[in-house]
Amino acid sequence: MSIPVLKFDAVIVGAGGAGLRSAIQLSEAGLKTAVLSKVFPTRSHTVAAQGGVAASLGNSEQDHWTWHMYDTVKGSDWLGDQDAIEFMCKKANEVVVELEHYGMPFDRTDDGKIYQRPFGGHMSNFGEKPVRRSCAAADRTGHAMLHAMYQRNVKANTQFFVEWMALDLIRDEEGHVLGVTAMEMETGQIVIFHARATIFATGGAGRIFYSSTNAFINTGDGLGMAARAGIPLEDMEFWQFHPTGVAGAGVLITEGVRGEGGILRNSSKERFMERYAPNAKDLASRDVVSRAMATEIKEGRGCGVNKDYVLLDITHLDPATIMKRLPGIHEIGLQFAGVDCLKEPLPVVPTCHYQMGGIPTHYSGRVVMPKDGDMSSVVPGFYAGGECACASVHGANRLGTNSLLDLLVFGKSAGDSAVEDLKAGKAHRDLPKDAADKSLARISAIDNRKGGANVHETRLAMQRTMQDHAGVFRFGDMLKQGVSKILEVEKAARQLEIKDKSMAWNTARTEALEMENLIEVAKATMISAEARKESRGAHVRDDAPDTAEFPNGRNDKEWLKHTLFSPVDNSISYKPVNMQPLTVEPVELKTRSY
Amino acid sequence: MERKDYERLRWRCIRRALLELDITLTRFLDDGFDKLTDEEQQVFVELADWEDHELWYLISGKTECEDPRFAPIVAAIRKS
Ligand SMILES: Cc1cc2nc3c(=O)[nH]c(=O)nc-3n(C[C@H](O)[C@H](O)[C@H](O)COP(=O)(O)OP(=O)(O)OC[C@H]3O[C@@H](n4cnc5c(N)ncnc54)[C@H](O)[C@@H]3O)c2cc1C
Repeated sequence: MSIPVLKFDAVIVGAGGAGLRSAIQLSEAGLKTAVLSKVFPTRSHTVAAQGGVAASLGNSEQDHWTWHMYDTVKGSDWLGDQDAIEFMCKKANEVVVELEHYGMPFDRTDDGKIYQRPFGGHMSNFGEKPVRRSCAAADRTGHAMLHAMYQRNVKANTQFFVEWMALDLIRDEEGHVLGVTAMEMETGQIVIFHARATIFATGGAGRIFYSSTNAFINTGDGLGMAARAGIPLEDMEFWQFHPTGVAGAGVLITEGVRGEGGILRNSSKERFMERYAPNAKDLASRDVVSRAMATEIKEGRGCGVNKDYVLLDITHLDPATIMKRLPGIHEIGLQFAGVDCLKEPLPVVPTCHYQMGGIPTHYSGRVVMPKDGDMSSVVPGFYAGGECACASVHGANRLGTNSLLDLLVFGKSAGDSAVEDLKAGKAHRDLPKDAADKSLARISAIDNRKGGANVHETRLAMQRTMQDHAGVFRFGDMLKQGVSKILEVEKAARQLEIKDKSMAWNTARTEALEMENLIEVAKATMISAEARKESRGAHVRDDAPDTAEFPNGRNDKEWLKHTLFSPVDNSISYKPVNMQPLTVEPVELKTRSY
Repeated sequence: MERKDYERLRWRCIRRALLELDITLTRFLDDGFDKLTDEEQQVFVELADWEDHELWYLISGKTECEDPRFAPIVAAIRKS
């Protein structure tokens, strides 16, 4: 079968914040650039970000990028690479001001500067006291960002391929990346995008968990494609959880609900936080609350038929106060839990929110992997930025508002690096003859299989396994079982069957293809988490507790290193953390406490 | 509605920018959409084209419908 080939200088997969930022660099440099997206660009998940983007502009009070860098290293529990973190924090002001010039309607101070507000973990003077560092556009920061960057791209003649799904990375025998195969959803046609530079900006994969704040689109396609092309995934054991998502739905319930007097209860209605945090109780920090909830559930004191959630009770509060101070919570209860929270408690569960790991990159946005003894050898022609990439700036734990910064800085640097490499005169390399074969075979297998596994059931089995075995608080025995269980689910995920065989708008086929990506991420997460025998940042193990020798369970002697999961044989290797910033003194190891 | 049009609509409802909409719109497509008249279905297609925040504010009751054609559809989405 002959497959149409479209030739571009650069192909970018993803039109969220990271993809749009990269595309500006390439198109404005006069390079012929294609951007593929499963949805219209301004429907990308970046839209959901409301909190803001971090930059030490110092508009509201004194601030400095070295303070921001310190906070980010500490937030990462020292797993973040300090060269990349310096690069990001130093560049923050530049990328935020650029965005302002693109037309982003930031909130303003009375004297017309960008208004800044405080956000958890961002401090002044190396951890002294909270600082106002987050720049926002009302409650539409992510949305406004995408609009501004989309318009800029339209002006620069970026070519958008909307409602196209990239399927596989094309690599030649020497390992160079030459583009992707993709499917146009409207026709079902498969096309090769042949490019001199390929940039992944496909976002996160939070849908591997049963309870996730991520929209359905976060299926980790970039990670799946990289894994199938033999590229390892870095630090996949690190996922940030939010303590209170609506059980079953994932929709976030803000911390404000506990701030107003909401109480967490177990199946016997006990206010269990009194046992875990006698002083702060329900207002203890996110990780303490999440761990307590997970322990209650693991020890059989959860609620519901499956005993898999706890209750957030606000029935003792004055209904008028609830409606005034917590607008939206009543509606969230009705829509997503079927519960009137004025009369009944809400079912809640620690909920996956953000993926710290991803495709390994250098801070220049170039993808790197082990080769001939070099742990960070550049994969020629391949770049990544945003949530799908691991630079690594978030290390074991991301600070809020640093991810929008990540996608601006590394989206831009991936674009700049591609421009630099292309200007150096790299021609299109020849496509291998079998460039599309793998994608065609996968699709034909899904279309033609009889007696295979159901996509919905397989996804549910994966999500349950991940939630129960690799959730916010991890237990050695559960992780071990989790590895065998997820390998079982993988067998089903390799045998998917769909009923609808149509070419045009076959959403069943698209969801099956997404499932094949999700399972790569789930497997990498479970195996990496089982292997890391310490607690660090968001990876907290019951069998690596807080002791005098290992405060917070963190063991720097053995575990101050990045995990690399190899999808080829499910094996794990490690590479050192870069503790050497570019120009300043390193942030020395310390216990992470706030 | 023709299969192709329905499936296009479906994709645009099950892959939104906001999780809140993914859930409510998927639920409505599975239970409620086929009870609408042809005309009402076309109004839903229009609504599904809205920006995510605007649509969620409308469905969650934070903002009011200005166009009377939307009210019964929004009510049906909320009930599904
Ligand atoms: C509820 C919520 C609130 C948040 N709030 C904040 C905040 O206030 N501040 C902050 O810094 N961070 C926040 N975050 C995190 C932040 O929003 C994300 O990390 C960030 O937006 C990811 O951007 P991205 O460009 O990497 O990916 P996305 O915006 O998710 O874009 C991914 C793009 O890739 C495309 N794509 C994916 N797979 C394919 C494929 N196979 N083929 C073609 N296209 C594909 C999609 O269509 C999409 O265009 C929040 C996250 C959530 C869930």
